[in-house]
Amino acid sequence: MANPGGDAVCNGNLHKHEKQSDGSPSGNCAKNGIVKEAQQNGRPHFYKPIVESFEEAPLHVMVFTYLGYGLGTLFGYLRDFLRSCGIEKCNAAIEREEQKDFVPLYQNFENFYTRNLYMRIRDNWNRPICSAPGSRFDVMERVSDDYNWTFRFTGRIIKDVINMGSYNFLGLAASYDESIRTVKDVLEEYGLGVASTRHEMGSLDKHEELESLVAKFLNVEAAMVFGMGFATNSMNIPALVGKGCLILSDELNHASLVLGARLSGATIRIFKHNNMQSLEKLLRDAVIYGQPRIRRAWKKILILVEGIYSMEGSIVDLPQIVALKKKYKAYLYIDEAHSIGSVGPTGRGVIEFFGLDPRDVDVFMGTFTKSFGAAGGYIAGRKDLVDYLRVHSHSAVYATSMSPPVAEQIIRSMKFIMGLDGTTQGLQRVRQLAKNTRYFRQRLNEMGFIIYGNEESPVIPLLLYMPAKVAAFARHLLNRKIGVVVVGFPATPLAEARARFCVSAAHTREMLDTVLENLDEMGDLLQLKYSRHRKSTRPELYDETSFELED
Amino acid sequence: MDFKRVKDYFSWLYYQYQIISCCAVLEPWEQSMFNTILLTIFAMVVYTAYVFIPIHIRLAWEFFSKICGYHSTISN
Ligand SMILES: Cc1ncc(COP(=O)(O)O)c(C=O)c1O
Repeated sequence: MANPGGDAVCNGNLHKHEKQSDGSPSGNCAKNGIVKEAQQNGRPHFYKPIVESFEEAPLHVMVFTYLGYGLGTLFGYLRDFLRSCGIEKCNAAIEREEQKDFVPLYQNFENFYTRNLYMRIRDNWNRPICSAPGSRFDVMERVSDDYNWTFRFTGRIIKDVINMGSYNFLGLAASYDESIRTVKDVLEEYGLGVASTRHEMGSLDKHEELESLVAKFLNVEAAMVFGMGFATNSMNIPALVGKGCLILSDELNHASLVLGARLSGATIRIFKHNNMQSLEKLLRDAVIYGQPRIRRAWKKILILVEGIYSMEGSIVDLPQIVALKKKYKAYLYIDEAHSIGSVGPTGRGVIEFFGLDPRDVDVFMGTFTKSFGAAGGYIAGRKDLVDYLRVHSHSAVYATSMSPPVAEQIIRSMKFIMGLDGTTQGLQRVRQLAKNTRYFRQRLNEMGFIIYGNEESPVIPLLLYMPAKVAAFARHLLNRKIGVVVVGFPATPLAEARARFCVSAAHTREMLDTVLENLDEMGDLLQLKYSRHRKSTRPELYDETSFELED
Repeated sequence: MDFKRVKDYFSWLYYQYQIISCCAVLEPWEQSMFNTILLTIFAMVVYTAYVFIPIHIRLAWEFFSKICGYHSTISN
């Protein structure tokens, strides 16, 4: 793989994470690790500096946020009281009469939150759309007569809303046009369903073609594709690790990784998000102490990380993780669901973004749902790994293989990105995405919003904090024909509700400018420009005791 | 003209209050309940302040002037 800046000999000049730049003593271990590795291999590396910020909110904002939740909770209790007295009709799920004496089912915090807080602003989520999720889409208008307990369609359609919410990074999810012709041809030839698993009759030449293309795209030995991205994670991790193995998982990993890790039966330890001190401490403890009680060495240690974290917009600190992994001889599994196709000079994901060698990562996982505008996922890496998974993965044995038109759509998209279709349009899209990302992030920063994440990540979270602002933000923007995704608890910490923009290569400069103008007005109306451009105040040092997930 | 600007300003202020106190997400009857409670508390605070603060200030004044007077005799 090309090694950008490989001739620049700068072993000592390693850029550490900005978050950790306060001269923390234990940070140097990770640094030394990398330097040593680099020298051992005789391959001098220059890694991209990671510019990532997680600015802390001003104190008064936090105070008002918690006050707001407090008010909501108070009124929630009042409403629950009214419901239990029978004064108000309860629309939420309740126990049946004969279940009343058993353990209460709907009294935990999540249910309370859904019933009394989320329900009030529910109209901002799950809005039905009725067109392809391209750069603009059509939203079906709906109203609620009972404060969001039920919705009713008015039959009107809000046309041409700018789509800032879909993970359509390269704009490849679009309605039918001539370029999708090959998919139609495949549909005519193969039909939709395969009706068999990869293990049995379900291996088609399209799958083989796709797999060799994925391997080529990622510059690895072999790859295997699965029909569903979520299942790729949750079914393959159990095939790779099991009892007696240790999984080190980032605290913000996607649910599919969490599920896979739990299903595997391995011991799971969680490190702070992208925090190398925390990871190193866990690794060192794992190597020194071995398994609890019996003190035997762990069979395998697997580090689970994502390429781009979809809620924080941060990019994994891969050079340091690779260094740690080599130093402690662990395995590395990286989920490139968001980063594949969207970062790196030619869209090859975080490996290319940092200019690393693909052999440094043991298991590549990714999905075709985001950049490729299709469905499914892949696992790639060394040939023996992939061959092992072909035999042992539940997804290969029990799940129907990928539908041929979907495979063809992925092949088409991948060839488009690689330039195998004879044009440079794919590369232009990747460049356009990077340009759009930088422009959008820079403008938002200038306006004074607090945005999280790496400056090159196309997922851009804008912090809103207060629940009333979340609702007002989404509603106002939809009135101005901009569709945004707002996220709150439980996807984020309670006090850190945010809007998440996903920039796409299909967004034109005019669209972005319209959005930015509206955001500017919104920021003034709702007082969202919290930023004081202070440096990150996320916990820098990790001295909490490590905790283990009980199962 | 000016009246309209003042009105706009107050509606802006009320909107900010609603957004920041989070009562914008409440249902109308809850909102009026919350506003009533808040207004009552506020009114009571103002009334209490009006009634008691002058007395306290006078007492404090007397107290401190006594101390000061005492001190001044000592220093003499
Ligand atoms: C990090 C990560 N992994 C896996 C998935 C699941 O992929 P899919 O939607 O293709 O099932 C997602 C989807 O959101 C994701 O964000």
